[in-house]
Amino acid sequence: MILDTGAGGDAPALDIQGVSHRFGAIQALRDVSFRVGSGSFCALLGVNGAGKTTLFSLITRLYDSTSGRISVAGFDARRQPGRALARLGVVFQSRALDGDLTLRQNLAYHAALHGIGGRAAKARIAEVLALVDLSDKAAARASTLSGGQQRRAEIARALLHRPRLLLLDEATAGLDLRARAEVLALTRRLIAEEGVSTLWATHIFDEIAPSDHVVLLHKGQVLADARAADLARDAPLADVFLRLTGVTEVTAGEVA
Amino acid sequence: MKGWPIAFAGIARREFLRFTRQRERFLAALVRPLVWLFIFAAGFRSVLGLSITPPYRTYVLYEVYVTPGLCGMILLFAGMQSSLSMVYDRETGAMRSLLVSPYPRWFLLGSKLLASVLVAVLQVYAFLLIAWFWGIRPPWLGYVTVLPALVLAGMMLGSLGLLISSAIRQLENFAGVMNFVIFPMFFASSALYPLWRMRESSPLLHDICALNPFTHAVELIRFALYGRVEPLSLAVTLGCLVLFFGGTVFMYDPAKGLWRGRKGGTR
Repeated sequence: MILDTGAGGDAPALDIQGVSHRFGAIQALRDVSFRVGSGSFCALLGVNGAGKTTLFSLITRLYDSTSGRISVAGFDARRQPGRALARLGVVFQSRALDGDLTLRQNLAYHAALHGIGGRAAKARIAEVLALVDLSDKAAARASTLSGGQQRRAEIARALLHRPRLLLLDEATAGLDLRARAEVLALTRRLIAEEGVSTLWATHIFDEIAPSDHVVLLHKGQVLADARAADLARDAPLADVFLRLTGVTEVTAGEVA
Repeated sequence: MKGWPIAFAGIARREFLRFTRQRERFLAALVRPLVWLFIFAAGFRSVLGLSITPPYRTYVLYEVYVTPGLCGMILLFAGMQSSLSMVYDRETGAMRSLLVSPYPRWFLLGSKLLASVLVAVLQVYAFLLIAWFWGIRPPWLGYVTVLPALVLAGMMLGSLGLLISSAIRQLENFAGVMNFVIFPMFFASSALYPLWRMRESSPLLHDICALNPFTHAVELIRFALYGRVEPLSLAVTLGCLVLFFGGTVFMYDPAKGLWRGRKGGTR
């Protein structure tokens, strides 16, 4: 496993300062700044196209931002990418398990990508599978798992290397109501049990609890950065969202 | 940074597992050169005359001449297959899982490249074994000395595949690669006919073949199979490997490559 030296444990799990990004003529993100504290659940709320996935791509360093600074657990993502990435667990919007391999083989592959092998990998795989209640599916091919099980498996995979910060990009997309609730409950449980901070990108209001930290992203800009209960003090969160963004429609707990 | 061998072993293990799970891939990789050997080469044996050219010390049958080219063909197709799987991984999102590993991108891409080449080399040895029963019997030591040549040629062709994969946006575009890369590279090379034969029909075509990196990969394999090193082919293959792999690392660099300006580039 890759071990850290340097940044202190007091640093926020994620610190984003003045981040902007362009795709050619399109300004995808504009001067985005916010922090995710240790052991907290932060909801990154925004409509499709708000810039959530772009921001995730910058945090995970799939590409570099045009300007600004991103730090994960005190490590600069551009200057110390290895150390920053070692502290990140990621669940991407598109499913990324290898359907040809079993769940255990998938996890062993990802453990290896973080330098964890042999007995340490075996033990940790058993541990995370138990955490997400998939121990009995270890030998099943990933392609045979249900949508909800695949999501839980991806969360298990993201936890393998004991990250400080878990990024989940629309983790409940495409799941039915029951599976959605399971994945959300699991994530909240992990914050308590594994002490991991979470950045949860979503466009679904129902997934946000009053105690959650909410960052409202719209057209690449942060419009609000506060506790959900504080934002919704005078009106429901959906109404606050409509007022701030100018979006006209919200259906069944989702931003249209 | 610790754990580099573990990361490489993990990537290589995945390549082998995927390969064993896709048996039709192994069969296709083997059947293709065998069809050329059993049918094409047998048919052309009487048409194409071959003079004595190094590394051969006597007249050789056309099947013997074409065998190193068919080894190259396996590596070429494997390289492009690797390119296809990179594009597929990008479309499915599996690519992201690889690239968010804390290890440097050159190491991750290089590990994936080497792992897929090792799988392809196994296919080459399976082909050489069948060819042995067909009467194509290079010296025993040649089976050992050809190994580094196969790895080097496979790395060069595989890195070309990776470079191409970085420029392809969608899986559908891969058919174009087949038409514009694999076939011209294979046919405009010394794989099927010696270059001096090419010069007789067209000096321009001869020059094109002489510039084709695949020609040098094939010649490297041909000489190595007889325990010899062809310095020019070695230099060109090494140079192209550095060039293509350098280009791949550049293209996949988050700060420099094409991904930077592409929305959803690595998905």
